[in-house]
Amino acid sequence: MGAVPVKFYQVGSFAVGNRLLDPDLASVQSDPERANSLTSGHRACQGCGEALGARYALDAIMRATKGQMIAVNATGCLEVFSTPYPETSWRLPWLHSLFGNAPAVATGVAAAMHAKGRDDIRVVGQGGDGGTVDIGFACLSGMFERNDDVLYICYDNQAYMNTGVQRSGATPPAARTATTQTVGPEPGNVFGQGKDVPRIAMAHEIPYVATATVADLRDLEAKATRAMEFRGARYLHVLVPCPLGWGSASCDTIKVARLATQSGLFPVFEAVNGEVTSSTKIRHQVPVEEYLKLQSRYAHLFRPTRRDDVIKKLQAMADRNIERYGLLEPELAPAVPAAMSNEPVEVA
Amino acid sequence: MLKQVEGSMAVAEAVAACRPEVICAYPISPQTHIVEGLSRMVKAGTLTSCEFVNVESEFAAMSVAIGASAAGARAYTATASQGLLYMVEAVYNASGLGLPIVMTVANRAIGAPINIWNDHSDAMSQRDSGWIQLYAETNQEATDLHVQAFLIAEELSLPVMVCMDGFILTHAYEQVDVPEQAQVDAFLPPFVPRQVLDPDEPVSIGSMVGPEAFTEVRYLAHARQMQALELIPQVSADFKRAFGRDSGGLVRPYRIQDAETVVIALGSILGTIKDVVDEMRDQGVSIGVLGITSFRPFPLDALREALAGAKRVVVLEKAFAVGIGGIVSSNVRTALAGQPTANYTVVAGLGGRPIGKDSLHTLFEQAGRDELEPLTFLDLDHELVERELARERANRRSGPSAENMLRDVGAVGPRLH
Amino acid sequence: MVFQVRIHGRGGQGVVTAAELLSVAAFAEGRHAQAFPSFGSERTGAPVVAFCRISATEIRVREPVMNPNAVIVQDTTLLHHVDVFSGLVDGGYVLVNSAHSLESLGIGDLTGGMTASRIVTVPATDLALEHLGRPVPNIVLLGGLAALTGIVSLPSVVDAVRQKFHGSVADGNIAAATAAFELVQSQVEERVDAQAG
Repeated sequence: MGAVPVKFYQVGSFAVGNRLLDPDLASVQSDPERANSLTSGHRACQGCGEALGARYALDAIMRATKGQMIAVNATGCLEVFSTPYPETSWRLPWLHSLFGNAPAVATGVAAAMHAKGRDDIRVVGQGGDGGTVDIGFACLSGMFERNDDVLYICYDNQAYMNTGVQRSGATPPAARTATTQTVGPEPGNVFGQGKDVPRIAMAHEIPYVATATVADLRDLEAKATRAMEFRGARYLHVLVPCPLGWGSASCDTIKVARLATQSGLFPVFEAVNGEVTSSTKIRHQVPVEEYLKLQSRYAHLFRPTRRDDVIKKLQAMADRNIERYGLLEPELAPAVPAAMSNEPVEVA
Repeated sequence: MLKQVEGSMAVAEAVAACRPEVICAYPISPQTHIVEGLSRMVKAGTLTSCEFVNVESEFAAMSVAIGASAAGARAYTATASQGLLYMVEAVYNASGLGLPIVMTVANRAIGAPINIWNDHSDAMSQRDSGWIQLYAETNQEATDLHVQAFLIAEELSLPVMVCMDGFILTHAYEQVDVPEQAQVDAFLPPFVPRQVLDPDEPVSIGSMVGPEAFTEVRYLAHARQMQALELIPQVSADFKRAFGRDSGGLVRPYRIQDAETVVIALGSILGTIKDVVDEMRDQGVSIGVLGITSFRPFPLDALREALAGAKRVVVLEKAFAVGIGGIVSSNVRTALAGQPTANYTVVAGLGGRPIGKDSLHTLFEQAGRDELEPLTFLDLDHELVERELARERANRRSGPSAENMLRDVGAVGPRLH
Repeated sequence: MVFQVRIHGRGGQGVVTAAELLSVAAFAEGRHAQAFPSFGSERTGAPVVAFCRISATEIRVREPVMNPNAVIVQDTTLLHHVDVFSGLVDGGYVLVNSAHSLESLGIGDLTGGMTASRIVTVPATDLALEHLGRPVPNIVLLGGLAALTGIVSLPSVVDAVRQKFHGSVADGNIAAATAAFELVQSQVEERVDAQAG
């Protein structure tokens, strides 16, 4: 279950005013004593969704583990922008080995901790979609299959951004990348079968799988925190817009992520032991077009000629998600006190 | 304890006595018996405080070892052949990070053509990986080298490969004095890492390093291997004091005193060569053999000293650099730079071809008369090669060479060797 | 002096185990021994060879056994496919797993000139079935080899078997090996007597 939505009637929105909030409901980031795992001064681009997501997720985990955690990083933007030698933005024990082996390296750290009787020290592996969905996939699946005591977080920005925006197995259909250019009769990425790693993770029946976005950072914190309540393999898939690769405005990162969820293109849900246990409902459904048109990687769908055929196929994908995860179903009446349910908490 | 034991099992018992904390395993012949033995000890509870991780590839095996070692655990794995190649990226990473992992390489050929038998192509392909490489002559030495390897690795913060000939050693039963737990405990102190992932003192390991410091970081790896040239003989001497056995060290001379011809080799073939040397010495031939135990770091000074009186060296090696020839011999030539010593390269034993005493007698006699070519492929069937080349000349679409040559050789099943 | 044994059989017949146990028996008698298979990814039923060297001093040589002092043939179907007697030294020993006589096996041409007391057959598979309940002749033949060559004693073979196997498997193998030992011993004695007479 994700974060409890907090509705502020003073402003009539879901915006979080931590000053007014019960400290238990406040976000980790609002805590001046937070870990600051990924501290400021790193080299990420303006509006980087990955830096934002990593900071929120790791600080939440640091709080959940009382600072007893080790992070293992795949090669990628997160690794490069955080550690240009001799500087590092990491304020936790952090290891980068290779592009394709972060889940296995994390397994090794966890095995070492277990052998030393230090199961109190928790291990997080993390990487981008390339390091997770493509080159690190075998190691990820092996870690899941063995149910190693590792939380793996994929920060999905849907292409190889670190090397200059090339297509990955997570790149959506029709999107422009440097290796799926907007030329020829079918510009952009092909319509393949997709590679839905959260569902592949669920197929391993690991204890906990969740998706999140940087549009709902308290939900991300809540899921990162909840993941640490489980032992064994856990997977958190976070959609993190990349202004550079997506061709979106730096100031629109949160907005683009929100439209990904509100269109249904990116379903936000949790699964325990291979079964979906909750999904975050769409509050204001939007057609995919609203999401697409903020990103120049889809510009070829709108000009010089509008490609309704392609937009329709993308809308069908969103509709499929909405149906599969029940993203538009009315919420059931809460059987538990409001503060413990997904229902909005009213703050007078 | 002296016992008649399979080489792999003796190594497994020695590794267990070193109290590894994380062992990762992926099956590939001929190293499997080692990790099978270790898995049994962990499962049975005779090897405690140890995690045995069955991984999904050799790449994962080395990666798990990297994570474990960086977290301060004594980490071990074993591989061979294609498996070593499959983990290469992580092999370089482990040495680059300075992680003291110990890995057995049960030496085996590399395909294509696929071949499960012994030669040194696998380990030789990693000679520049930054790992220390020690080659075992016998199962006793393979066993002892593992105990020494952990000490050397952890002292220098460098990974060590212990190379033992696949099948010839791994699958051979012979007597081995397997180190006792108490002996190993007295010899090998607990692992105190130079760098460790510790929440109480967080560090970043594996940062990006640009041109401003990369050369220096890489040079440090070289400097450490130069330190190993000092440390390896020390550890060997300490081992002898503790266990009473000669194992390890940089080079192993045998009857090279005043020898006109010195044969140089690595690994288990040294035993056969020693028998041949004895037989030739009995006939009055001035010949000796020098085993190289430490191939990385390469003991230039020790070689130069050992070969000072030799008229000629014959480097017998179980791998070669396609397009130039000898690998070991080019290193030996570096050691002999400026010396008048004649240098012959002999490539032998590829893909498990037995190296027989008869062939060696003939070879060394030819060498003694300086009748050898600079590069010789021992027992090579030149005619078989020529016939395939003729087929290629005659027919553009001559087909797959390996299969053509196998057909030419005829059925191999009934043959003995 | 190194005593070299070559064991021929098929994958699944315990050829490698036989060489191993022979080396363990020799080691128990205070000698050096080296056992190793003809390395290959042999599947069940494929021709397999294993070797064992026994010596009073350290064994350094690693080449396959080219000139065996003794050859064990675990499976007679190999006789006409594999040159099992290749390189056998003068005065070497041959032990064949068969319920038939040497004459009826038709291997006279292959073993021409051998002293009769040094080449014997023993029905090892039958003995294994009888005592062990499974047609695995490898250990049974070691009992026969002990009788034929004296290179190791039967008690050393028995001890080696006890180190490797337990319970009814060990008991059955030991009973069968002992029976083979006695059969071969009586054959050898008969022939020595015949030659002497």
